[in-house]
Amino acid sequence: MISKTIRDELKTIVGNENLMTDHEDMVTYSYDAAVLDAAKPEAVVIPHTSEAVGKIVKLCSENRLPVTVRGAGTNLSGGTIPVNAGIVLLTTRLNAVLEINEQDMYAVVQPGVVTAKLAAAVEKKGLFYPPDPGSQAVSTLGGNVAENAGGLRGLKYGVTSDYVMGMSFFDAFGEQVNTGSRTVKCATGYNFTGLITGSEGTLGIVDELVLKLIPLPRARKSMMAVFNTMEQASQAVAGIIAGRIVPATLEILDNFTIRAVEAYSSAGLPVDAAALLLIEVDGHPAEVEEDADRVEHVCRKMGAGSIKMAESDQERDKVWAARRSALSALAKLRPTLVLEDATVPRSKIPDMVKALEEITEKYKLQIGTFGHAGDGNLHPTILTDKRDKKEWARVEKAIEEIFDKALRLGGTLSGEHGTGLAKAPFFEKEVGRSSVLFSKRLKKALDPHGILNPGKITM
Amino acid sequence: MAGMKELSGLVSELEEQLVICTRCGMCQAVCPLYNQTGKEADVARGKLALLDGLMENMFTDAKGVESRLNRCLLCGSCAANCPSGVSALEIFAKARAILAEYRGLSFAEKFIFRRLLANPSVFDQLCQWFERFQAIFTRTEKNFQDTSCARLVSPLTGGRHLKRLAPIPFHKMASPGMESAGKNTGPSVLFFTGCVIDKVFPHIALDAINVMAYHNFRVTVPRGQSCCGIPASASGDRKTFTTLVNHNLDIFLHHDFDYIVTACATCTSTIKKLWPRLYHQPNPSTKKRLADVSEKILDISQLLDSVVEEQGGAASKSETSDCVTYHDPCHLFKSLGVAAEPRHLIKASGKHLIEMQDSDQCCGMGGSFNLKHYDLSSDIGTCKAENIIATGCETIATSCPACMIQISDMLAKQNKSVYVKHPVELYAESLKKNGAISGYRI
Repeated sequence: MISKTIRDELKTIVGNENLMTDHEDMVTYSYDAAVLDAAKPEAVVIPHTSEAVGKIVKLCSENRLPVTVRGAGTNLSGGTIPVNAGIVLLTTRLNAVLEINEQDMYAVVQPGVVTAKLAAAVEKKGLFYPPDPGSQAVSTLGGNVAENAGGLRGLKYGVTSDYVMGMSFFDAFGEQVNTGSRTVKCATGYNFTGLITGSEGTLGIVDELVLKLIPLPRARKSMMAVFNTMEQASQAVAGIIAGRIVPATLEILDNFTIRAVEAYSSAGLPVDAAALLLIEVDGHPAEVEEDADRVEHVCRKMGAGSIKMAESDQERDKVWAARRSALSALAKLRPTLVLEDATVPRSKIPDMVKALEEITEKYKLQIGTFGHAGDGNLHPTILTDKRDKKEWARVEKAIEEIFDKALRLGGTLSGEHGTGLAKAPFFEKEVGRSSVLFSKRLKKALDPHGILNPGKITM
Repeated sequence: MAGMKELSGLVSELEEQLVICTRCGMCQAVCPLYNQTGKEADVARGKLALLDGLMENMFTDAKGVESRLNRCLLCGSCAANCPSGVSALEIFAKARAILAEYRGLSFAEKFIFRRLLANPSVFDQLCQWFERFQAIFTRTEKNFQDTSCARLVSPLTGGRHLKRLAPIPFHKMASPGMESAGKNTGPSVLFFTGCVIDKVFPHIALDAINVMAYHNFRVTVPRGQSCCGIPASASGDRKTFTTLVNHNLDIFLHHDFDYIVTACATCTSTIKKLWPRLYHQPNPSTKKRLADVSEKILDISQLLDSVVEEQGGAASKSETSDCVTYHDPCHLFKSLGVAAEPRHLIKASGKHLIEMQDSDQCCGMGGSFNLKHYDLSSDIGTCKAENIIATGCETIATSCPACMIQISDMLAKQNKSVYVKHPVELYAESLKKNGAISGYRI
C-alpha cells in the first residue's frame, strides 16, 4: 500500500475525483488484452494536464514508486500490467487533438486521443493517418507510439514509428524533454523520437505527439482471390512482391478462419477455399487500374481459382469488414484466444505457413491463421481454454516453437504487439546477449531507480 | 449476511458466460458512461473483471463491486458490439439479482418493488393520488416539451424538468379504436401499455390503438396489466420480476392473439429478451408461454411496417416544421435491431426525416440510473440534446417513453423549442389531419 502522504500528494495534483485507491478499482487496472496473470496497482491517477503528468512522475521518482502508463489497455503483450504494483497513470483524459496543420501536413495530439478519431478528423480535411491497428476504435495514439503499433497497411505505408515526427515526454525524474520537430527533416541531437517510440513507457512518459500526415489516396480498388492451398496463396504473396507491386493491403485467411468468419458474419466467403487473399491497391486512378490488373495476373498464374473485384464502395466495405471480423469470429469459438504476431521476411511467408500447419498438427491445437501476409506479419491465433491445464501446456510449447521457427527464418518475435511481459523471456533469443546488455544499460542510465514500467522488455 | 465464499459460489453460475470476455476492450468504443468518465469500472470489461474477482473470492465484502455494477445504463451498447459475443446485459441482470439476494433488498427497494410495483392496483391508486398533488409541488413551464419543475429546490427533483403524470391514466380511458376494433377482420393484437405510457403519455396509447384499428387490426387491451418487470430486474429483485411476469402471462393467457404490441421500446425488449432469459427455472408450460410471447411481441412500428406507405416528398427540406429527427432507443436498436421501421413510420406521416449525428447513442436515461446518477445522466443527455438541436428540426421523435422523458428534460434545460414525440403520435396526427381517424381530447 502506498503511504497516506503520497496519496495526499497525488490528491493535490489531480484532485480527489481523479485518484483511485479502492481495491475494486485496482482489480480493474490489473490486466490488459494479453493472456497473462493479472497484477494490481496501488493507485490509479487520471491527470488532465501535461503539468500534472510531470508532477506525478516527479513524485514517483522521489519516492521510488513504479509508474505504468495506460491508455485503452488493449495491449497484447502485457505492457500495461503493473507487475511491480505502484501507480497506473491513465491517459484517457489527455485526449485533445491540439492541431491539424494542413499546410505542413502534421497533427499535434495528446497521448489519450483515440486512433480512429484522429484518422476520421484528418480524413475530413483530405489527409491520411495510415497506421490502423485492429483496436483502432479504442486504442490511443500514446499506446500506439509506445508499442510501435502496426495494422493492415504496413506493407505500403509502414507502421506508427514512420509517422512520429516529434514529441514531448517526461523522463524518469519528471523533467520535460522535447525531441524531433515539425519539419520534414530534423538532424539535431540524438534521435529520442525514435528511441521513445516503441519503448513501452520504460524510458519516458509521452505527453504530446507530433504525427506526420500524408495526402489521402485518390483511388483504391479491392479484390478477393480464392486458392486451393495455403501454399499457392503464399506463393502468390511472394509473387506480387517480387513483381514490384506494393498493394496498400495484402491479407491472407486460412480455411479455419474463413469458416469462422462465414459462420459469424455470413459475408458470402467461399467456405471450401483453402485460402483467401484480400488485396487493396490505392493511389492515382490510372496506377490503381494497372496495379489491379497485374495483381490479378500474378494470382491467376499462381493458381487462384477465382478473383472477385469489389465493384462498389459497399462491396469493398464488405471485403474489409470480413477481414476485420476475423479475430472476433475466432474469439467466439473458445474461451481463451492467444493472438501471436511473429513476423518473417515476406519472402519466407510460404515457409512460415507450412510450419504453422505442422505445429497445429503436432500439438493437436486449433490454430486459425490470418494476417498481414504482405508484410510478413502473420497472426497465428490459438483457440483454447486456459482452465484446461493439459491443453494450456501444449499451447505454451506451440508458442515457443512458433517463435523459434520465426527466428530461424530471419524474422522477429513481434511485428506489432510489442515485447512487454509476454515476449521479454524470449528477447535475448532474438537479439543476442550484448543487445540485451545494451538495453539494460540504457534503461539503467535513463531510469536508475527503475520506476518507469518496470519488468517490461528487459525484465 | 452469508459469507463471501458462498457468494463466490453463487456468482460461479455465470462462469461460462464470463469466460467469453477476452478483455479486448472494444466495449470502450461504445459505452456512453465510459465516454464520460474514462474509468475502467464504468465499462463492461471492468465490470466483468470485478465479477471474475467475486468468483475468485478476491473481496472482503461485496458492496464495492455492487455499487460499480450498478453504475451502468444497461443500454446494451457493449453487448451489441462485443466481438466475442459476451451477453453483458444478461450477465449484469443476473449478477444484480445474485448480489441483491445475497445482501437482501433495502427497505425502500422492498417497499417500491414488493408493495407497489408487484401490486398494480395499489400502484395505480398511488399514482392517481400523486397526480392530484403534483400541482402543489411543481409549476408548469409552458415550453415546447410541456415539462414542470419543482417550486422549491428539492434534492428529490434536483433541477429536473419533469413530465407530469397525466390526469387520467390510459387504463381508465375508453378509446374509439377499441370499439371499432370489433368490426375489423385483420390479425388480432394485444396491446401492452407499459407504466410510463399509461401514466405519463396515455395519448400515445390512444394514438397507437386508433392507428391499429384504422389499419384493420383487431385490438384488445387486456385489463389489469402490470409493469413488465424491468425496474425490479435492474435492481436485482428477481422475486418481484417473476411475480410481474407471471401476472402478465396469466392475463395474456385469457386471450387469443397473433401479436402483442407495445409502443415502449423498453417493454418490448424486456418481454422479448429478458423474460425468457431471466425467468428463474420456469416449468415446462411457463417456458412454452414465455417463448410464445417472446416470438409474438412487436414494437408498434414493426406491426405497422407492412401497412403504412411513405409519403415521398410531402415536405421540403426548408420547412423546419415538417422536419423530424429520430433517436434510436437502445432497447429497440441495440437489443432488437429495429431501426428502419420507426423511420418508415415517420416518413409515412408525411414528415421529412433528418438524421442527427450518433442517433443510436444512448440518451443517458437508463431508468434508475437517472435517479441515482443524475449528473452523469445529464452529461450524456446533453450530448444527445446538442445533436438534436444541430439538425434544426422542430420535432425529435423516439420510440421509447423513457427516452422521451430524458430528452424533454435535456431540451427544456437548454430552453430549446423542439417538440418531443413518439413516431406513432406523428403518424396518428397525419391520419387525423386528413380525417381518417378522429381526434380526441384528454
